[in-house]
Amino acid sequence: MKYRNKNLDKKSFRNNSLKQVPRQTKKAGGHFIDKLYAYRDLHAHALFSSLGRIVATPFNSIMTISVLAIAISFVSGFYILKANIQQLTGHLESSNQISLFLRDDVSDSHANKLAESIRQNSNVQNVKLITKEEASIEFQTYSGFGSAIKELEKNPLPIVLQVLPKRILNNKYELENLEKELKQLPEVDAAQMDLQWIERLQSIIAVINLFSNILNILLGTAVLIIIGNTVRLELHNRRDEVVIQKLVGATNSFIRRPFLYTGFWIGFISGISAWFIVTVLMLVLWQAVEKLSSLYGGSFHLIFLGLIDTLVLISISSLLGVLASWVVLSYQMHAKSLKQRSRFHTPVKGADIL
Amino acid sequence: MIDFDSVTKRYPETGDVLRNVSFHLSRGEIAFLTGHSGAGKSTLMRLITVMERSSRGRVLLDGQDVGLAKEHQLPFIRRKMGVIYQDYKLLYDRTVFDNVALPLVIAGFGHLEVNRRVRAALDKVNLSGKEKKYPFALSGGEQQRVGIARAVVNKPPIIIADEPTGNLDPELSAEIMNLFSQFQQVGVTVLIASHDISLINQLNHRVLKLDHGQLITS
Repeated sequence: MKYRNKNLDKKSFRNNSLKQVPRQTKKAGGHFIDKLYAYRDLHAHALFSSLGRIVATPFNSIMTISVLAIAISFVSGFYILKANIQQLTGHLESSNQISLFLRDDVSDSHANKLAESIRQNSNVQNVKLITKEEASIEFQTYSGFGSAIKELEKNPLPIVLQVLPKRILNNKYELENLEKELKQLPEVDAAQMDLQWIERLQSIIAVINLFSNILNILLGTAVLIIIGNTVRLELHNRRDEVVIQKLVGATNSFIRRPFLYTGFWIGFISGISAWFIVTVLMLVLWQAVEKLSSLYGGSFHLIFLGLIDTLVLISISSLLGVLASWVVLSYQMHAKSLKQRSRFHTPVKGADIL
Repeated sequence: MIDFDSVTKRYPETGDVLRNVSFHLSRGEIAFLTGHSGAGKSTLMRLITVMERSSRGRVLLDGQDVGLAKEHQLPFIRRKMGVIYQDYKLLYDRTVFDNVALPLVIAGFGHLEVNRRVRAALDKVNLSGKEKKYPFALSGGEQQRVGIARAVVNKPPIIIADEPTGNLDPELSAEIMNLFSQFQQVGVTVLIASHDISLINQLNHRVLKLDHGQLITS
């Protein structure tokens, strides 16, 4: 601070004595720290003035931002849909199992030994034994046919060994081989697995993935174009200002700065709005999904956009805003069409006022 | 400071607007540029402000051939001159203060320095106390003086003025001319385009007269 004051004194001295000595231009305003402060002020000014301009034209801004927010909420909505489906299939992977129904004459202790021997198989992760009694209780609890089974003299349910294959066995053929191998055991009456269902699910997920990737690209491009066009219109509206700035020695980066901030703000506000839209939609769905989930044992809970997801969402939309303005400004500042429509009509090559 | 070395400017549509113009203005010199309308005054000014480049010949500012300057160098060349426009070219959504401060802000001055210099410049053109007004609230003459303050605020070594007294009454014109003389005395090169024959005759300065693109007196 002391040094800055000293510097200022020096400057004012120089200015007071200007009348006596020939002037020299100074490229910038004095000491390095002063320049740094001035640079910070420039950025702060650009940041707030561009926000001010967005607020000053509320109708236009709301329309633009709504369109962007809807586009971005599609992307993030699909992202969260995928996350939820993955959660769902995560649960289903545990049902990627083979159920072995044992012959009626196999005793519980024999079944236990069999389970132990299957556990030794290198392709098997775990084996769960369900005795006749356990099966009966489970059946009575969940099937709704509890009273019917009580009427029967003899428990008709077989002993079941639930074989959970190792996770590396994602391959359909390996799973099928394991099933064949287990089916040939003399104690096994029947073997069953939900391979087809899993396959279908996986291909549905693949389709959703592909679709959401295409959607991301399309909507990302739309966001770029919309923000780019907004910034282009803003540039045209402020063309006189830009020309005047150029006339008094503004560099391209000085002229570009407020427009880059405009792009940033549009992206940023759209990102926040998109988060809001997605979260509201999720809250609407939430109750219904929880109810549905409870009917299936309540293992599924809706995933919302988390803190990290939200930060990433807002960062990406802000970055897209800056990127779009950058591209448009770089193009427009060299565009011949604008040059020729400028008030300072300059048909000669080399003239550079916009 | 300003050197024209057999400069010709040709537009494809209209032909030669300036033909073989040569003159030299040294540091601290003041000159009027005059001539009928269409004589090439504005073109000559635009060559100095590097809004146009010559078709032939060289334009040198402070020894630098501006015809060869790269685009990224132009802002720094323009910062060496204060330009006063006939139509003021003010920003109408900014206050008088912000208008005058613009060249300083662009050049990266700190706000204390900006404050001080803007007030000093406004004081010189008798506009103290109008810092917070918007240009629309000012008379033509006052707007002209805002433009003048903006041109001199950065203390440039060259001042170019296009009809700077066009909207001023004789008394104010004399004051502004007096101001230009003050700048001249501290080494500023001043070039004034003007139709105001009485003003030109009144002051015994050098006169560059253009006639159909040719310099007839210098």
